[in-house]
Amino acid sequence: MILERLDIDTDSFAAGTGWVIKPEGACKGEVCVPFLRRPFDVVETAERLGMALVHEPAHGVWALGPESLTGRTLVSAEAPEVVLSDLDGNEFRLSSLRGRKVVIVSWAPY
Amino acid sequence: MDMDGAASAREWVEAAGAEHPSLVDTQHQLDALFGVVNVPNVIWIDENGVIVRPPEPGWAAPVQYPGWLASRLDEQVRNAVAEAEAEGREPIDPRRAMTGGQDRDSYADAVRDWARHGAASRFAMTTEEVIRASRPRDPHRSEAAARFDLGRHLWERGERSAAIEQWKICHELQPENWTYKRQAWSLVGNEQLGGGVAGRFNQGPLPGREDEWPFPSSFRDDVAAMEPGEYYPKTM
Repeated sequence: MILERLDIDTDSFAAGTGWVIKPEGACKGEVCVPFLRRPFDVVETAERLGMALVHEPAHGVWALGPESLTGRTLVSAEAPEVVLSDLDGNEFRLSSLRGRKVVIVSWAPY
Repeated sequence: MDMDGAASAREWVEAAGAEHPSLVDTQHQLDALFGVVNVPNVIWIDENGVIVRPPEPGWAAPVQYPGWLASRLDEQVRNAVAEAEAEGREPIDPRRAMTGGQDRDSYADAVRDWARHGAASRFAMTTEEVIRASRPRDPHRSEAAARFDLGRHLWERGERSAAIEQWKICHELQPENWTYKRQAWSLVGNEQLGGGVAGRFNQGPLPGREDEWPFPSSFRDDVAAMEPGEYYPKTM
């Protein structure tokens, strides 16, 4: 997730990482990680979730990596929301397929 | 999963004539969200939105290449073998590393079994099994994803050298992530070859122009050093 500034709001953080900020802390699926400090601070939260935060000062951006606090890619078996475009740029949400079995096949033209 | 998105995907999607949704993952979200590290990787999700198989190599049927690509791959194999023999090394067929250790024909049957039997299918995992089977992710691998994203951001802004520097770090941090490697190699290789129908498949230095290749490795070199099952681990 590319950040142009570090004072992002909790909605943006949730949309980019899948971690929702609640009173009890940052939560994904059944897992919640409590805060030490209020209000929400992306640097502290990234540290507690094991998310790499890489600064590229020459271009004024940061990149936030996915969580690593459990040592596994999946913290929960609940599928995250995925928002991708189809070939014509129309937004498609994985959650729109709820109620059906889904097989996602990744491929590449190289 | 290509940064060029619809532009590179369209002809393949249309040729396949699929009835299911075909999406473009220009940012490689599937890597960060699910742990996809190669293509094809397949993820199973049930009706309740619960993952029952995390990403793994999987095929619908034996792979069929279009004629022009099959010819090019054969040529690459011949070149790799000839080069090895000239250097007194044992020739390694790069296809051996990529196709060894898998039972590609049975994957579709497993999917069908799950379609029919749901949670009772022997191929459906419990949530604990899914989490345990998902790819390892330590802080290095989180950083690899961040560096890939940074490289993508820079490349899209025309900052070629800066992007490549980020990708070199990314590849070192997560060497088993083939989509991070092949995406970067493909973008650079395509530009070095000048595009064309085979451009994206050029993922290494051009003969005689090795000093122009900015990465410490290439697809051919990495595959040549692999054992069967290393590129596509057997999970089923």
